[in-house]
Amino acid sequence: MYNEPHPLEVRVLTRRFGLPNSRSIDTYLTHEGYQAIHKALTQMTPEQVIEEVKSSGLRGRGGAGFPAGLKWSFVPRDSPKPKYIVVNADESEPGTCKDRLLIENDPHQLIEGVLIAARAVDAHAGYIYVRGEYRYLIDILDRAIEEAYARGYLGDNILGTGYKFHLYTHTGAGAYECGEESALLESLEGKRGIPRIRPPFPAVVGAFKCPTVLNNVETYCAAPWILLKGGHAYADLGTPKNGGTRLFCLSGHVNQPGVYELPMGFPLRRMIEEVGGGVPNGKKVKAVIPGGSSCPLLTADQIDVPMDFDSLQKIGSMLGSGGVVVMDEDTCMVQVALRIMRFYAHESCGWCIPCREGTTWLRQLLLRFHSGGGVATDIDLIGDLAQNMLGKTFCPLGDAAAMPTISIVKKFRQEFEDHLNGKPCPYEGRL
Amino acid sequence: MPDLVKLTIDGHEVEAPAGTLVINAARQAGIEVPAFCYYDGLTLQAACRMCVVEVEKAPKLLTACTLPVAPGMVVRTETPQVAAARKGMLEFLLTNHPLDCPVCDKGGECELQDMVFRYGAGESRYLEEKIHEEEKQWSPVVYFDMPRCILCFRCVRICDEGMGVKALGVVNRGAHSEIAPNMGDHLECDECGMCIDICPVGALTSGAYRYQTRPWEMQYVGTTCTHCGDGCKTTLSVRNGKVIRGNNRDRSGINGEFLCIKGRYGFDFLHHADRLTTPLVRRNGELAPATWKDAISAVAFRLKDAHDKSERIGILGSTRTTNEENFYLQRFARERLGTHHIDHHRSGDVAALLEAVAGRPQALARTADVYTAGAVLVVGVDLSQQHPMLAFQARANVRHHNARVYVVNPEPTREEDRAVEVVRGRGVEGVAQIREKLAGEANLVVLFGDHVQGDDVRRLVEMLPATARYVALVDYANSRGALDLGLAPDLLPGYVPDPEPGMGRDEMLAAAGRGELEVLWVVGANPLEDGSEERAFPNTFLVVQELFLTETARQADVVFPAAASYEKTGSFTNTCGELQRLKKGPNTSGPKSDLEILGLIARQMGFELAPPLPEAVFEEIRRAVPGYQIDYAAFLTGGAAMTTPPTAPLAGRGRAATIRSSRDSLFQSGTLGRYCGALHAVREKDHVEVRV
Amino acid sequence: MTFSPDLEARFENLAKRYPAGYLRAALVPMLLYAQDEVGAVTDEVVAEIARRLKITPLQVNEVVSYYSMLRREPAGRHHIQVCTNISCLLRGGRHLWEHAQTRLGVGHKQRSADGQFSLEEVECIGACSWAPAVQVNYDFHHDMNAEKFDALVEKLKGDGK
Ligand SMILES: Cc1cc2nc3c(=O)[nH]c(=O)nc-3n(C[C@H](O)[C@H](O)[C@H](O)COP(=O)(O)O)c2cc1C
Ligand code: SF4
Ligand code: FES
Repeated sequence: MYNEPHPLEVRVLTRRFGLPNSRSIDTYLTHEGYQAIHKALTQMTPEQVIEEVKSSGLRGRGGAGFPAGLKWSFVPRDSPKPKYIVVNADESEPGTCKDRLLIENDPHQLIEGVLIAARAVDAHAGYIYVRGEYRYLIDILDRAIEEAYARGYLGDNILGTGYKFHLYTHTGAGAYECGEESALLESLEGKRGIPRIRPPFPAVVGAFKCPTVLNNVETYCAAPWILLKGGHAYADLGTPKNGGTRLFCLSGHVNQPGVYELPMGFPLRRMIEEVGGGVPNGKKVKAVIPGGSSCPLLTADQIDVPMDFDSLQKIGSMLGSGGVVVMDEDTCMVQVALRIMRFYAHESCGWCIPCREGTTWLRQLLLRFHSGGGVATDIDLIGDLAQNMLGKTFCPLGDAAAMPTISIVKKFRQEFEDHLNGKPCPYEGRL
Repeated sequence: MPDLVKLTIDGHEVEAPAGTLVINAARQAGIEVPAFCYYDGLTLQAACRMCVVEVEKAPKLLTACTLPVAPGMVVRTETPQVAAARKGMLEFLLTNHPLDCPVCDKGGECELQDMVFRYGAGESRYLEEKIHEEEKQWSPVVYFDMPRCILCFRCVRICDEGMGVKALGVVNRGAHSEIAPNMGDHLECDECGMCIDICPVGALTSGAYRYQTRPWEMQYVGTTCTHCGDGCKTTLSVRNGKVIRGNNRDRSGINGEFLCIKGRYGFDFLHHADRLTTPLVRRNGELAPATWKDAISAVAFRLKDAHDKSERIGILGSTRTTNEENFYLQRFARERLGTHHIDHHRSGDVAALLEAVAGRPQALARTADVYTAGAVLVVGVDLSQQHPMLAFQARANVRHHNARVYVVNPEPTREEDRAVEVVRGRGVEGVAQIREKLAGEANLVVLFGDHVQGDDVRRLVEMLPATARYVALVDYANSRGALDLGLAPDLLPGYVPDPEPGMGRDEMLAAAGRGELEVLWVVGANPLEDGSEERAFPNTFLVVQELFLTETARQADVVFPAAASYEKTGSFTNTCGELQRLKKGPNTSGPKSDLEILGLIARQMGFELAPPLPEAVFEEIRRAVPGYQIDYAAFLTGGAAMTTPPTAPLAGRGRAATIRSSRDSLFQSGTLGRYCGALHAVREKDHVEVRV
Repeated sequence: MTFSPDLEARFENLAKRYPAGYLRAALVPMLLYAQDEVGAVTDEVVAEIARRLKITPLQVNEVVSYYSMLRREPAGRHHIQVCTNISCLLRGGRHLWEHAQTRLGVGHKQRSADGQFSLEEVECIGACSWAPAVQVNYDFHHDMNAEKFDALVEKLKGDGK
């Protein structure tokens, strides 16, 4: 744990965090560990597992919020091919730092979640794709996997049931795009992280041309609790159609930044003011990124919103990956737009024209603009170029670059005007 | 027949087989959806986003290049939304494009230029700095100009999927992404130039063509390649009597878009400084320039003399002269000179094949079958080196139809990469090892080289399923035509046995060596290629028709400068037996076509032969030669017309002819290849610019 | 080319993880682990891994040049990566980055003359809630500021030569 827990938290996935030796299998076993997979293997059919997850309202925690149970049900039951479980531990969305904690503090919870998904779709092998920067997590996971093999939770005869499952770690080497599911699969196969043409989706043709379940770390981690306590119990923790809790990564201008497990639908204002302890030095909120840098930004008067997928969509943004980034009144929004665009230009895989050229052009333009070289037509041009990318790129990275940009130009246009005509940045030096 | 799907594209009802991509369904309906990255037959990319279309009920634009047709689908390919999207893409593309169109080779035939013309985006809103990078030379024939590249990945795919070479890749990421050659700073590859022709812009240019001319200043002549026996169609671009390039960008002909280095660059021998331009006659032991009149009379005199005295005249024909020339030559020999000593260098046993499949003309495969057959067996040949176009078709067959490839060859070959079975063995014995597996192949095409000849051909055919079809591979552009048209001591045109068989090539050369021939007349061949002996035929009058002063020509008594096949009209028959047309590219000043030379000699000798005009001789061939009653329309329109040689026991065939392939690599083409600067440069790997 | 027994064991283990026909799936992990040992993905490493995975050196290069952690030139003994992405930016990441450059006298992707340190400005490393963050080789350092940075550098300098 890198920050103090907060009393408002509802600790479901993080309930073992802070226990002595929380990563060890013994700690895990004495705290409900591997009971869910035991249940799934001995008392439940694969269909029942999927139904339980469906009833939990669990939606993907990687960004898109796709219902997990539904995704699992897309895996063709009658396919003669092997099926794979792939864990997306690429966690690279700026503002997001939760999967790291889940693995670091409780790796067996992830392993058990993977086993449950395997049981649901009859898979017998899985890969945990960990971003290269999280190299230390590979060691933690490898150790946990070894423990699980030794105790019969992985291998050819799990818990004596005859069920077979093998789990491996696999590392990336620095590429945000490899978090996109199809690019991740390419990377897993030893190639450049270029996304695939879809359809077919991974559930049908995924890893090694076989049906594949691919979810975020946090999504899998929720599965054991759901099976133990029931899908409805999990659903009841959150808001309708947005079951459970989620790990919110609060960062930026708050007094107590940190990762907090809160119920879905927790109001954003309370998150900032109560959980985060408010904005430092009594300053006011100017803007909030609600779910990682790919989301359209919210203005200060939009923060009375329940933090769930549907509520954020209603106000034109997204819950995304759970990265809540708070910006105070002194923040230069042009610089924010520039920094975000620098990221996407750096991470664009280069495959499709609008993303490759669009992000690069916008990066150059915003750089010139922020450093005082802007001209009046630039402001509309920024919006225009982002609009020309939106919806036309090969994968959602292009949209992810366009959406925050469009929202910043629209919502903070005055700041762009203020930068015009060689004037120095009015906020210079504040960041 | 797959189910037909009905859909609407731009208001037209369109029907297409299930699985068809919208971009192709539209094309069939005459609607051109723009595309950079899509290329028929290569894997899908969906990278350029130019092909976006509106589909009813779809929330956003979709790429027509990846979208399969669906029943009731309503597609609009040119709406304001679509046009705006494409204009946006072009604007993005142009940010770093140098816009040096006036000096770019591709100017005038550039797909990007055309697209900007169509959608606008010419005026620039881009105020940032453009990247600049110097052009790089990757090989004698391949140059790369990075900033012009639009990253459509066509070159990478054609090299990998089409050629099986994998010499090009993509390095770096994002806006730094860049096409890269396999050796870091240069290419080691087939040098086929496919990447250059497939490039929609001027990023990849050819060392042979660059900065020479503009596309609209040239004349385009569709003809047949002069090099190997596969017979690719090539379009020569000619300006001021000079061939500037060869390509097949319209994908017409049996080769589709394919051409190898020889087809694409192997024309510069035409303009080689050593090209013979006047006849040469030996005087006082030295070859000296002479007038046509003198040279013709000298030859006519000696031939007449020999004819009157003994008829001990030997004739060696060519594997690169036209069918018309071959036919005329053998008539001249047999009917006027009264000799049956006529032959050419044989490289594959076509005659044995015709005999082995007696009564089953359907057992002869054509080029298209290599692409469609369920399985391909390759025996005793390095197909990618010696028959690159057939190798290309076989690869495409694997790619598109999952064909099974079987390889029997003592050395490793590229075909093995895609093979289901490989035997490192030789000929029929090698095939016998996988006989059981082949027994199950109901739709098998067999390509065999000179490891299988004579009686082995019959054994091979007996060993394989009765439905198998065959190609006896032969080396050069008209090797097959030479045999078909009777340049053989025992076979008249159309494989009719010669009742009075003469001496074959080896016997003739031996006889000439012993001085037992009065005259040896060599038309477009180089039997003294190894050039060891000083005076190989001391007592034989040697006449040579040639492009260059070859080892053989050097020893001749009279040398006639001959036109190359790119400089004449006529026809070639490829290794599969497909007849294709030659159209005259540049005019020659000096050399004459072999047909014309033959005609002049005949006239001088007072012989009454048909007029030496290609069209007239061709008519005669069509009338008189069994198997050459071809589909005339296909032939005339530049297609390939399959000949139907008689498949019957060839009674009387018994003379053992030496059959030996020269095993030219991709960068060799017999004697001719030695005069191709491009082939040289590539062989030597010295990275000089190739200039024609 | 030979690697340490440890790495060889790792490679052997990797090769067994993927289904038949997908040997090259081991490529990215192999490259990263080889770089950890050798210090960089040298031409030799490229050739060796290409050979082992039965692909061409160009195919290996395509992959190496795609991933930002893989480098063809060696980094310093302590490769210091400073995040300046949005969450770090908001909490002083930019100043920290500038400070780091001045402190070490090297710029982005540069190495100090003695080979001790190299510096890189990086994208989000997943430490947003404990920003600004720095990674040295694979170790995270949270809630950084200029003083802490200097202390860190001193400590690294003192670390076993
Ligand atoms: C550019 C891009 C980057 C992504 N990065 C991540 C990531 O780092 N981690 C993640 O879990 N999902 C990421 N995703 C989402 C994945 O594509 C995928 O939707 C997700 O892993 C599915 O799991 P879930 O349903 O459990 O969320 C990314 C998507 C895009 C388009
Ligand atoms: S939008 Fe295009 S260039 Fe960007 S990451 Fe996706 S595929 Fe690559
Ligand atoms: S042709 Fe469809 S995206 Fe390029």
